[in-house]
Amino acid sequence: MLLEARGVSKRFGGLMAIDKIDFTMEAGQIASIIGPNGAGKTTFFNMISGYYFADQGTITLDGKRLTGRSPEHVAGCGIARTFQNIRLFPGLMVLENVLVGMHRHLSANLAQIVLNTRGMRREEQRAYEEARELLIYTGLEGKEQELAKNLSYGDQRRLELARALAVKPKLLLLDEPTAGMNPRETEEMTTFIRRVRDERNIAILLIEHDMKVVMGISERITVLNYGVKIAEGTPKEIRSHSEVIAAYLGEETPEES
Amino acid sequence: MTKQKEHLFPASGMPASQLLAWVFIIGAGVLFYLLPNSAIAFIMFLASFLVLYKTPAAPLIKLPVAALWLCVIMPLAGLQNTYYLGVVTQAGIYVALAVGLNIVVGFAGLLDMGYVAFYASGAYIYSIFATTQAANFIHFPWAHFPISGMWFWPFLIFGMLIAALFGILLGFPVLRLRGDYLAIVTLGFGEIIRIVLNNLDKPINITNGPQGLTPIQAPALFGHILNQPLDYYFIVLVAILLIIIVARRLEVSRIGRAWAAMREDELAARSMGVPLVKMKLMAFAIGASFAGAMGVIFAAKQTFVDPSSFTFMESIGILAMIILGGMGNVAGAVVGAVSVVVLQLQILKQLSDYLGQLSAEGILNIPSQIDPAKYERMIFGLILILMCIYRSQGILPAKRRLASWWEQIRTRGTKKETEEGVDAARS
Repeated sequence: MLLEARGVSKRFGGLMAIDKIDFTMEAGQIASIIGPNGAGKTTFFNMISGYYFADQGTITLDGKRLTGRSPEHVAGCGIARTFQNIRLFPGLMVLENVLVGMHRHLSANLAQIVLNTRGMRREEQRAYEEARELLIYTGLEGKEQELAKNLSYGDQRRLELARALAVKPKLLLLDEPTAGMNPRETEEMTTFIRRVRDERNIAILLIEHDMKVVMGISERITVLNYGVKIAEGTPKEIRSHSEVIAAYLGEETPEES
Repeated sequence: MTKQKEHLFPASGMPASQLLAWVFIIGAGVLFYLLPNSAIAFIMFLASFLVLYKTPAAPLIKLPVAALWLCVIMPLAGLQNTYYLGVVTQAGIYVALAVGLNIVVGFAGLLDMGYVAFYASGAYIYSIFATTQAANFIHFPWAHFPISGMWFWPFLIFGMLIAALFGILLGFPVLRLRGDYLAIVTLGFGEIIRIVLNNLDKPINITNGPQGLTPIQAPALFGHILNQPLDYYFIVLVAILLIIIVARRLEVSRIGRAWAAMREDELAARSMGVPLVKMKLMAFAIGASFAGAMGVIFAAKQTFVDPSSFTFMESIGILAMIILGGMGNVAGAVVGAVSVVVLQLQILKQLSDYLGQLSAEGILNIPSQIDPAKYERMIFGLILILMCIYRSQGILPAKRRLASWWEQIRTRGTKKETEEGVDAARS
């Protein structure tokens, strides 16, 4: 078991944003969380990444407890993420954005940097090479020295992925990776996500609204509604699940019929 | 690489603008050497460094010129005119402070309005021991105060450590603050330090309160007492050089990148694994330590310190230097600091003297109320407002910089090849 959430709850004032959710993921799996707006999907993501502390329950990665840990610690444990509304480092170069993602994997300390030691230089050179390879991998070759804010929307999404991959995660959280993309870009992104899993064996958890993407890519789907898990299963099971259909399309009430 | 080689021999096929730049640089150097008392020559001499910085030429050519100007022409002219040497030394101290503050404000994006507190802590730590002051509260039979001038050098390190400690002390409570709130708390911290220094003459007299400390022991090196203006000029020069090298190395390092990421988007930086607390404290501590070292130098140079040297206006002045020069840019901090000090100590003063001379000769009758030297802050403010409107990134806007090996990596191919390249470079 890679990721395991047990009875996780989060309350914002009177609103039960996440209500005793159990959730598990295997290594190398692609899974999705779906649900109507306000269902608690992003809140759940934020709890995994350490922005919110759970009021109840525990989250573990590879048996290591994540609950109560800071976002930087969670990243260090091997969880990287992208954001619903892209959050790059806009004033930094594309290459630097990726290099920041490698922070935990570089070891140079203050003294080594001040003295410009050979070991530090070699480590940095290797990091530059690795960052460049990630940019080639994500199709951003040749744009390394551009500022992130000057990239097109699609390229910014790619860069966010490249930066997340630089963390060398075991689990990648993608918050609406195809939001605002046209069908062709969506298709490319779907292929890319599958490729990342196949080639790097990274488990991927998505929040997604595009049902075509969700059904096409996910091995497991979890459906949230009002902070409660209402269904879980393979795409096929979810498609015919009555509660899910009700949550998305609304229920027919007896008076109306 | 190839671009730099084109300019290695400036005589061959150089564009007219570049030729003009070199004429200016060399002309300014020669002129200042010949006329060390001319204000125009002095300002041209200082401007020649900016021109030199902006001229596209190989470092192999630029660095010796800069070294010659700083280590030969400036000292020679300075022997003729010690006032200018003093101006340059004072400017140099501010350059170091501006570069240090630039690490906190420019690199890490933490608006620190109490930076002068660290400068003060460095100055006082040396002053207390390098005067008879320490004898008031330290009574060891083997301890004699003032300590000998040789201690100046270790005290540069102590000054850095004390200031870094204060930096961390300030850093802890403000970890969660940003922008305006951070500015207010740091401002308060700066004032607290000054007020403490002002009042720590009782119950135990540690700082001697508002009377200040004097005479402060001059540094000594191998039996030579370094108390000449030229000595301080060179001490400051070496200090600036080291600080600039450290700042530039940090800028392109993993620490510098983490700072920049934190400045751009704190939450995103954290989710990429950048340890926020450590990086913020590091920025405060490193920035503060530079100020601490400069405080020790300042105290030795002035032979007198009192709390009035470390007011809030000083902090604002240093902040204004980096805003004027270009926030986040080491060269910008240098240019900003020099321009502000020269404006204060040179241009406005000269203008006042000139107008005073005119009224003394009866040509003009200018009342002393509108003496330009008295309007220093106003002119200063005006310049800042104009800068904000017309060139908000400062004189030299910050530009992201990658390490020098990027060019090689970019033009080289795959990882396999590069690893061979690294191995070849090692052997």
